[in-house]
Amino acid sequence: MTAFIIYKAIMCGGVFLLCLAAAAYATLWERKFAAFLQDRKGPSRAGWGGILQPVADGVKMFMKEEIIPNVSNRSLFILGPSLFMITAVITSSVVPWAKPVMIDGQVYDMQITDINIGVIYLLGVASIGVYGIMIGGWSSNNKFALLGAVRASSQMISYEIPMGIALIALIISSGGSLSLKEIVEGQDAGFANIVWQPLGFLIFFICALAETNRAPFDLPECETELVGGYHTEYSSMKLGLFLFAEYINMFISSAVMATLYFGGYNFPFAHELYEKLGLADGSVWISIIGFGALMTKIFGFICLFMWIRWTLPRFRYDQLMNLGWKSLLPLSLLNLAITVVVEYFRGNIKF
Amino acid sequence: MQLTNRKKEVSFKEQSFAERIYLPAILKGMVITASHLFKKSPTINYPDVKRPIAPVYRGQHVLKRDDAGAERCTSCGMCAVACPAEAITMTSGERKKGEEHLYREEKYAATYEINMLRCIFCGLCEEACPKEAIFLTDRLVDTEFERNDFVYGKDKLVEKMNERIDVTKRQTSAVLEFKKTLGLKHNELFDAQKLNKGKHH
Repeated sequence: MTAFIIYKAIMCGGVFLLCLAAAAYATLWERKFAAFLQDRKGPSRAGWGGILQPVADGVKMFMKEEIIPNVSNRSLFILGPSLFMITAVITSSVVPWAKPVMIDGQVYDMQITDINIGVIYLLGVASIGVYGIMIGGWSSNNKFALLGAVRASSQMISYEIPMGIALIALIISSGGSLSLKEIVEGQDAGFANIVWQPLGFLIFFICALAETNRAPFDLPECETELVGGYHTEYSSMKLGLFLFAEYINMFISSAVMATLYFGGYNFPFAHELYEKLGLADGSVWISIIGFGALMTKIFGFICLFMWIRWTLPRFRYDQLMNLGWKSLLPLSLLNLAITVVVEYFRGNIKF
Repeated sequence: MQLTNRKKEVSFKEQSFAERIYLPAILKGMVITASHLFKKSPTINYPDVKRPIAPVYRGQHVLKRDDAGAERCTSCGMCAVACPAEAITMTSGERKKGEEHLYREEKYAATYEINMLRCIFCGLCEEACPKEAIFLTDRLVDTEFERNDFVYGKDKLVEKMNERIDVTKRQTSAVLEFKKTLGLKHNELFDAQKLNKGKHH
């Protein structure tokens, strides 16, 4: 029992730190990557090549004056960013980070918890995330903030539908399990799910962009029209939490996409490699290599997110809604229909 | 009349499905941004790396001393007259006995001020100076917080003995040739005996 608690505590702390570190360095990499795309150099003053920039940013955020507007609803005003941050972090609890490790005959999953409705849990937590924005925007008692919050909630609700339908198609083609661990293990021997679900992945990816409020779907903050959107009234580290949670969201949704569609910690010819290295199942090294593979995929997705952000202008609001309801929703239904037909002929579903 | 060939007819035809889901256009844009990923950034890391400055760059002025360390300026006011921006003001003083090592000639500039906000760095003061006392150098004028601080007095303009400022770069061959002109007693001390020897043209 003690071993179990220690193991869970290590997993929780480790994943939490991983999320924070990844998000911190994603902010730096975002600025660096934007600079590279714009023929600039990016932050380079703090530490070697700007490596300490996230620390400097964090210190700056903490040192800033903290203002809570008199007319705001004080408790909800504080709850907003906290809730957004909490939902961003707890999504990471169902992601399998690496292959299980065997220590003294005991198997340890490299995952905080494996729940059998993992995919639904993900969707549920992701939609709670909008409450943070909604509460923050509403309690600010500011028109810009409220508009940002309204935009965020309608956008997230709209894009959750095609996302959910794309996930249904994925679950059909990956064998019917809702557990992320089983979905990853299902991709171990065969192909990654992307092979059977290219259209589904595209829809999921677009929806993930919208869910994480990344450009071109960053209408909730939209500084050109809405000052700062839902975080107009926020200052100091509460603003920092909003911005930081966005990067955690990005990291987690990259991890989820890598897990669901790109085989998670698996990679092509993994077994041949492990055999050549003489690693037995349950070895720590297999876990570490698999974790590296997953991180590489996540890094690729984060780069893709940023690449898109620094390429595309923001959608107009009616365009955003048109895209969600008139293009993505029919496409996802079409994808579901195609999936059912294909899977019938593959023999995965029977009538 | 057609001025350019870049005119485009605007059409209001309905968007096709490919246009409505934006993807082909997005991919095109992403290829363009990705091509910039491999371009060399033209940024110069300023305080670490500096852009090369021309050797005859006209920056902050210096009031030269001669080799013995005496100030060359005699407060003749030629520079102030030449200055198109009226940036130079000065007051004259008379050299006392025992100050020969400080001032080269009997009259000297008691105060000498250049307003760096007025100055247009044209170099006419340098050209006008008969005593080779004022030169523009390749140093940049610092930024200040107060407007008054841009009025540079002798404390900032006169070169320090321990950090002499090299102005030979400004002495181009054309300048040196010009100085050979008879009658331009450029670099000589005032000497009553020599007074009438120079032939004026």
